[in-house]
Amino acid sequence: MDSLKALIKRYQLGSLLLLTLLLVVVLPLTLDIFRLNLVGKYLCYAFVAVGLVMVWGYGGVLSLGQGVFFGLGGYAMAMFLKLEASDPESTKIQSTPGIPDFMDWNQITSLPAFWVPFKSLPLALLAVVLVPMALAWLISFAMFKRRVGGVYFAIITQAVALICTVLIIGQQGYTGGVNGMTDLKTMLGWDTRTDSAKYILYFLSAGLLIASILLCMWIQKSKLGTLLLAMRDKEDRVRFSGYDVAMFKVFVFCLAAALSAIGGAMFTLQVGFMSPSFVGIVPSIEMVIFAAVGGRMSLVGAVYGALLVNFGKTYFSETAPDLWLFLMAALFIGVVLAFPNGLAGLYESHIKPWIARRLAARKAGATPRTPAAPTPPAPPASPMSGSAPPAAPAQA
Amino acid sequence: MSHDHDSHDSPESNNRRRLLQGMAALPLIGLPAVSNFARAANIPTAQVNTTKLAVTDTEVVVGQLHSATGTMAISETGSIQAEQLAIDQINAMGGVLGRKIRVIKEDGASDWPTFAEKSKKLLINDRAACVFGCWTSASRKAVLPIFEKENGLLYYPTFYEGLEQSKNVIYTGQEATQQILWGLDWANTEKKAKSFFLIGSDYIWPRTSNKIARKHIENKLKGKVVGEEYYPLGHTNFNSLINKIKLAKPDCIYAVVVGGSNVSFYKQLKAAGITADKQFLLTISVTEDELLGIGGENSAGFYACMKYFQSLDNPNNKKFVEAFKAKYGPKSVIGDVTQAGYLGPWLWKAAVEKAKSFDVAKVAAASPGIEFKEAPEGYVKIHENHHLWSKARIGQMTMDGQFKVIAESPQLIVPDPFPKGYQ
Repeated sequence: MDSLKALIKRYQLGSLLLLTLLLVVVLPLTLDIFRLNLVGKYLCYAFVAVGLVMVWGYGGVLSLGQGVFFGLGGYAMAMFLKLEASDPESTKIQSTPGIPDFMDWNQITSLPAFWVPFKSLPLALLAVVLVPMALAWLISFAMFKRRVGGVYFAIITQAVALICTVLIIGQQGYTGGVNGMTDLKTMLGWDTRTDSAKYILYFLSAGLLIASILLCMWIQKSKLGTLLLAMRDKEDRVRFSGYDVAMFKVFVFCLAAALSAIGGAMFTLQVGFMSPSFVGIVPSIEMVIFAAVGGRMSLVGAVYGALLVNFGKTYFSETAPDLWLFLMAALFIGVVLAFPNGLAGLYESHIKPWIARRLAARKAGATPRTPAAPTPPAPPASPMSGSAPPAAPAQA
Repeated sequence: MSHDHDSHDSPESNNRRRLLQGMAALPLIGLPAVSNFARAANIPTAQVNTTKLAVTDTEVVVGQLHSATGTMAISETGSIQAEQLAIDQINAMGGVLGRKIRVIKEDGASDWPTFAEKSKKLLINDRAACVFGCWTSASRKAVLPIFEKENGLLYYPTFYEGLEQSKNVIYTGQEATQQILWGLDWANTEKKAKSFFLIGSDYIWPRTSNKIARKHIENKLKGKVVGEEYYPLGHTNFNSLINKIKLAKPDCIYAVVVGGSNVSFYKQLKAAGITADKQFLLTISVTEDELLGIGGENSAGFYACMKYFQSLDNPNNKKFVEAFKAKYGPKSVIGDVTQAGYLGPWLWKAAVEKAKSFDVAKVAAASPGIEFKEAPEGYVKIHENHHLWSKARIGQMTMDGQFKVIAESPQLIVPDPFPKGYQ
């Protein structure tokens, strides 16, 4: 028991345990399946937010194009599901039965070659992770090797997001265009729209998310994590110490892309469709907001951020359909003004010391020393800046 | 061909006969309506609602799901208003089966996933008896699987590309062939158009529409398509297109340009000297709503093919336009889709009363054959394929942003969402 406690303390697993408890026990017991399904959807965004904590909070690389990877993962999943839904029997009214309906509408008469691998689930699942990672590698390798960073990189990622949306919308015969891929019903014959399937998918999302957080925590604790932090704060020093800074950035960017893609795939499964409206610039920026609201240095905080923002979106738009955009804006501005380090910052600066004081007061008789360890220093940069290293020579 | 139908089933002959009967019975109209209402109120809730819909002894909940915010808000506001007007009028008459309609409004925010989320909420949480909503094809495609899975009922007001038919959707706008074929015939016979230049925004509706138009022009009219061009939604630079048009010299420009692009398209046409006195242009994508933005001075003289124009001269429409302006201000305009939105609540009311139940399956089963004689567009009837029989009309754009109706199809056109020979 004591060793477990020590383990939790050493790896700071307390907050993660609390989150797990909330996701796996409290929410499923208190919410009906409709709301739980919504939370499942929010959790998919949390994957992106966790990825952003790694790449932006730790790596110091602000990406405004995470929607691309979310979308690619989602599309890879959707392509598999769409092919399964387009069996010759249920598409027999088409000119060419057996191909997805939108292809038929666009006068395509045979399945394009790049669709063929998506007939197999294992290949589709591989594509969910590998295709976005390959694209992320391509972008980041090209950029970071040339030492393009900070604001410039953020602009490039925006451009990529825009290009991807235009491409998907323009090639509607192959992608479904603006409508996206809809009417996804079954996975290997398993109906993903039933209540039981929704429960299973919810727990799967929660499980995968917690596993992803654990992986990221492990990376943070490793030497790699320390290097990432060092690189964020003084890139040149790390470079002069003989490390290949670019490759670390490439790695963390690919990691974030893979996480986003898993979120996208889970999203497709739970919501039942995928469309270019997740890929563009606006959704990508929204995803950064999740991380900013949660606290860009905190993996667990990012999950709360994604949950809070999306819950706010749903709640405000249901209760005040005419005003909800203003209320959302107020939420963002309020959080950023009041807690520059997000929800996690609020916890670190106010709640944690308060708890510590209470504990201290209770234990005052038994142990005289003050247990309130000094809180780790807050990250220096404000959450919305690109966090260019302060001493970067590029700054004119 | 797709337009054949059995003569004994012909809706227009029914129409004429019923119209005469209706006129004879005019003085009696007040009475049966009241007694109907009194009788309806007596039907216990347990009987009219066996599927746990949100229906009480005094109230029935319906949903309304349009974009009140975002890029589509400008188009969808008309539908929101018209549906609300119809619901208010129905409530003033005593409601449906003696129950007042309560509307739960949700904002789809021009965002297809949001449409999906909100439709789930309306069907699963609110147990709405039916939903009036959606505008773009993309939003309809996003909610369709949900309506089918949860067995909801959607009244969809927009003219659209067809290729769809669902037991859970009533399409109150025209599917593509209803809007296209007769209009092209008219262009061919009245305007002697033989060569056509097809232009569209790049998504499913314009592409499908132009596909059908091309087949009709080439196979039926024996004409020629001299160009076919697509531009992304929101595109504003049509100079290269205009040069191509000038080179091709088509008898008819057939325009399926959507939304804000229209403003630049017509302004640039005018700037390039392509005006109505020199060039014949027929569009299926400009209504009174779009003309507000385009401006009469940029478009006067061009033609549009729709089923409804605000200037339509009949008693139903006069009443409708008057009521609409009384509620939403004298400057408001009414386009084709707005009118189609107005039909939804009335068609639902008629089907519920015929089925004597709010249950979706029963209402859907009762829907084919439902007529609405007070429709502003004249008369409509629901076909077995859940689309409406309706007329097509040609309107000429005027300086004040309205249309002058100059032709209408002699008969109601049968809806044919899966047209043979046009695929």
